Amino acid sequence: MSHEMSDEKLPESHGSEGHEVAVHGDPFADPGLPAHGPRRTDIDERAAKRAERQVSLLFIVSMLATVGFIASYVAIDIDKIVYIFPLGHVSALNFALGMTLGVALFCIGAGAVHWARTLMSDHEIPADRHPIEADDELRADVIEQFQTGAAESGFGRRKMLRNTLIGSMALVPLSGVVLLRDLGPLPEDKLAHTGWELATPAKPLKLINMNTNEPMKPEDIVTGSLTFAKPEGLEEDQEIFQEQIAKDALMIIRIAPEDLKDKTSAELGFEGILAYSKICTHVGCPISLYEQQTHHALCPCHQSTFDLADGARVIFGPAGHPLPQLKITTDEKGFLVATGDFQEPVGPSYWERP
Amino acid sequence: MSTANNATSGASKPASTRAKPANKFEAAADWTDGRLGIYTLAKSNLRKIFPDHWSFMLGEICLYTFIIIILTGVYLTLFFKPSMAETVYHGTYAPLNGIRMSEAYASTMDISFEVRGGLLIRQIHHWAAIVFVAAMLVHMMRVFFTGAFRKPREINWLFGAGLLFLGMFDGFMGYSLPDDLLSGTGIRFMEGAILAVPLVGTYLQFFLYGGQFPGTDIVPRFFTIHVLLIPGIMLGLLVAHLILVFYHKHTQFAGPGRTEKNVVGMPLMPVYMAKAGGFFFLVFGVIAAASAIATVNPIWAYGPYRPDQVSTDAQPDWYMGFSEGLIRVMPGWEIRAWGHTLNMGVFVPLMVFPLVLMAIWVYPFLEAWVTGDKREHHIADRPRNAPVRTGFGAAWISLYVLLLLGGGNDLLATHLHLSINTITYFVRVGFFVVPVLTFFITKRWCLGLQRRDKDKVLHGRESGIIKRLPHGEFVEIHEQLPQDKLYKLTAHEQPQPIELPAEVDENGVALKAGRLAKARAKLSGAFYGEGAQIAKPTAEEHHEITSGHGHH
Repeated sequence: MSHEMSDEKLPESHGSEGHEVAVHGDPFADPGLPAHGPRRTDIDERAAKRAERQVSLLFIVSMLATVGFIASYVAIDIDKIVYIFPLGHVSALNFALGMTLGVALFCIGAGAVHWARTLMSDHEIPADRHPIEADDELRADVIEQFQTGAAESGFGRRKMLRNTLIGSMALVPLSGVVLLRDLGPLPEDKLAHTGWELATPAKPLKLINMNTNEPMKPEDIVTGSLTFAKPEGLEEDQEIFQEQIAKDALMIIRIAPEDLKDKTSAELGFEGILAYSKICTHVGCPISLYEQQTHHALCPCHQSTFDLADGARVIFGPAGHPLPQLKITTDEKGFLVATGDFQEPVGPSYWERP
Repeated sequence: MSTANNATSGASKPASTRAKPANKFEAAADWTDGRLGIYTLAKSNLRKIFPDHWSFMLGEICLYTFIIIILTGVYLTLFFKPSMAETVYHGTYAPLNGIRMSEAYASTMDISFEVRGGLLIRQIHHWAAIVFVAAMLVHMMRVFFTGAFRKPREINWLFGAGLLFLGMFDGFMGYSLPDDLLSGTGIRFMEGAILAVPLVGTYLQFFLYGGQFPGTDIVPRFFTIHVLLIPGIMLGLLVAHLILVFYHKHTQFAGPGRTEKNVVGMPLMPVYMAKAGGFFFLVFGVIAAASAIATVNPIWAYGPYRPDQVSTDAQPDWYMGFSEGLIRVMPGWEIRAWGHTLNMGVFVPLMVFPLVLMAIWVYPFLEAWVTGDKREHHIADRPRNAPVRTGFGAAWISLYVLLLLGGGNDLLATHLHLSINTITYFVRVGFFVVPVLTFFITKRWCLGLQRRDKDKVLHGRESGIIKRLPHGEFVEIHEQLPQDKLYKLTAHEQPQPIELPAEVDENGVALKAGRLAKARAKLSGAFYGEGAQIAKPTAEEHHEITSGHGHH
């Protein structure tokens, strides 16, 4: 008896949660759509009324917010800055317009969704799908029609016609490509030269300090310092300035002569003052981070690291070759000058680069 | 007589066979129907059934943010000057007063500081773009992991992926337009990347920029592409995408009453009109509020572009982060021979970039070929029931995230006090290791979940009730799952791998399977073989266990 009792008390012999366990036959059969149960708002008119009021309230808040938006636009000065915790100092107009617009839009959305969820029918309805593929009869019919059309065109029979048509269709888009030619000039060897090419031993170009806009003397340059320079004659208001500075910009550093590891590099410089291209050889970002203890320069864009004491050799990162160095010396007045262009192209490498 | 009457009235005023409209609204609908045939159009669509699942709203977010971007974009074009002509700034933002800059940058400053509401619209435009790409990616993952890309929906997968790629590029062009220090850095990056292309790189660069970097053409050209060309194509793709969604009808998850031949849900009118229409306003509202609170792309903090200057944290928007990661972690290999330079350090990432994208594009066709499945699918898979596919998806995401980390290695280094070199080395190794590890972990995880499902079906749910048996043993009572749960957990198919035909046919003639066929059988085995799925419980197994005495 005790055995029977215990079996009866096992929940699974009664099914769970009131469902009958239909394990006769296939236990995994599709039981079909579950019965639809009403929501509170379906049976309680007071709940429905409350939901209606909630939805309307949201729509009214939206209206008020739009009025607030227009009022903010008119009333708040565009220069007004306010402190709002935790955002800090922000534009009062931007904040007011954004918040009122946000509330106005959000409340319409929230109202519509609440309406749909509480008051519209939540009855799930099945609808049939139809196969995308046509049946065989339709398929045969269409293919026959197509074949009739193809036969009438003579496309398959007149091979020469077909082939020349394909050939002309393949070629005609080339006109569009050719028309793009005048988008820009040809590269020629423009990438291989910079503004420093104007410098010659007879007519050297002074190095101009980018901050002070003054020519530089060796004694102004402290060991371990980093200065940026541009060629004499290049001014900000010139039309070509952006294009020139993209290639001409220099990093001037001074390294104690005993720290210089590369002899050629030391010879290109002047008493430990070295002028390297500021443009990274990876994809052309300006290099601006210099560590004077190690003489490493790091490009902030993709972290290529160059050892400036060792001919700007790449010691880390994706750059493929050292920074080009400009040969510098001093003129008769003691100003730092360049007497020629870089030995090799500056900036990112390219196919024609030797 | 009555017939005669009818004839005369018919002659003076030709009769319409249509019943008299009951009200003004019906009359207007009749008028329109006579010209556009709207009744026929509405017949199948007004009460079109949409199944419901929270993840189905991801695609809606894409649609709505796209609309927001277009609306705000039109507003911005009214004020923006896409010109690189030099000007001197004399606006209300004092720190830049008297500074030389391009018209593009100056007009963006004006939009931000002098046009009332201009800053807000700029912020909404940018935030919506960020959310747009994010939503497309997540929506795509949903489609991928549930197998909703399978026949008949492969073409829509192509459209969707095309939208993602175009969205990414249009985003890149969009943040290049203001010509601030950050955007100029991005354009410079593009120059270096184009120059790395062998043979034609320099020509492409000179044609695109209208001469040497930076020139004065790139911003106006990007502007036309950003506001006209790409959005135009995207609009076309989007409409095609939605038409196909309507035509195929939505997928649904298996459940009681849901089959491959029906679609169960609520009708478009009124429930989905209210829910989806309302959701547009929710999305717009949230983005508007976010734009009021959180600043994105504060161009005034960066300053105008100068090729010899750079801002710190030079980062693209997050969706381009993986390409930034590729370019940062690739070693700087340069091959120089015969007077030419092949810049592998930039060219390889440049080629991997489209490959990573193409992988998602071709996946549906690859899977269909491997599995040889030519049927239509409308029931979405649970990710655990397709462990290999889920593993691929997870591996792809892990690669994406890893490269994103590589792209933000400087931020990681400064925020977490790590060595930037170590992060880069880690990403270099991780590029090959992390996706593989992720694949295997995910696959095993899926198999574990399959086992758990099987256990639940056969042994029921742990009830938490401990029972003492007469002979003293304690057992926990397991409750049988209700029928609908049982059905849900066993409704999925378990395809068998393709088998190679016998090596000799019935006449003893050797049949040689081609190398491709062999590879396919092998891949198919990897997809559906023993190691890739846990056999579903059978009805017999279930009978055997449930007809026992409950001692399990």
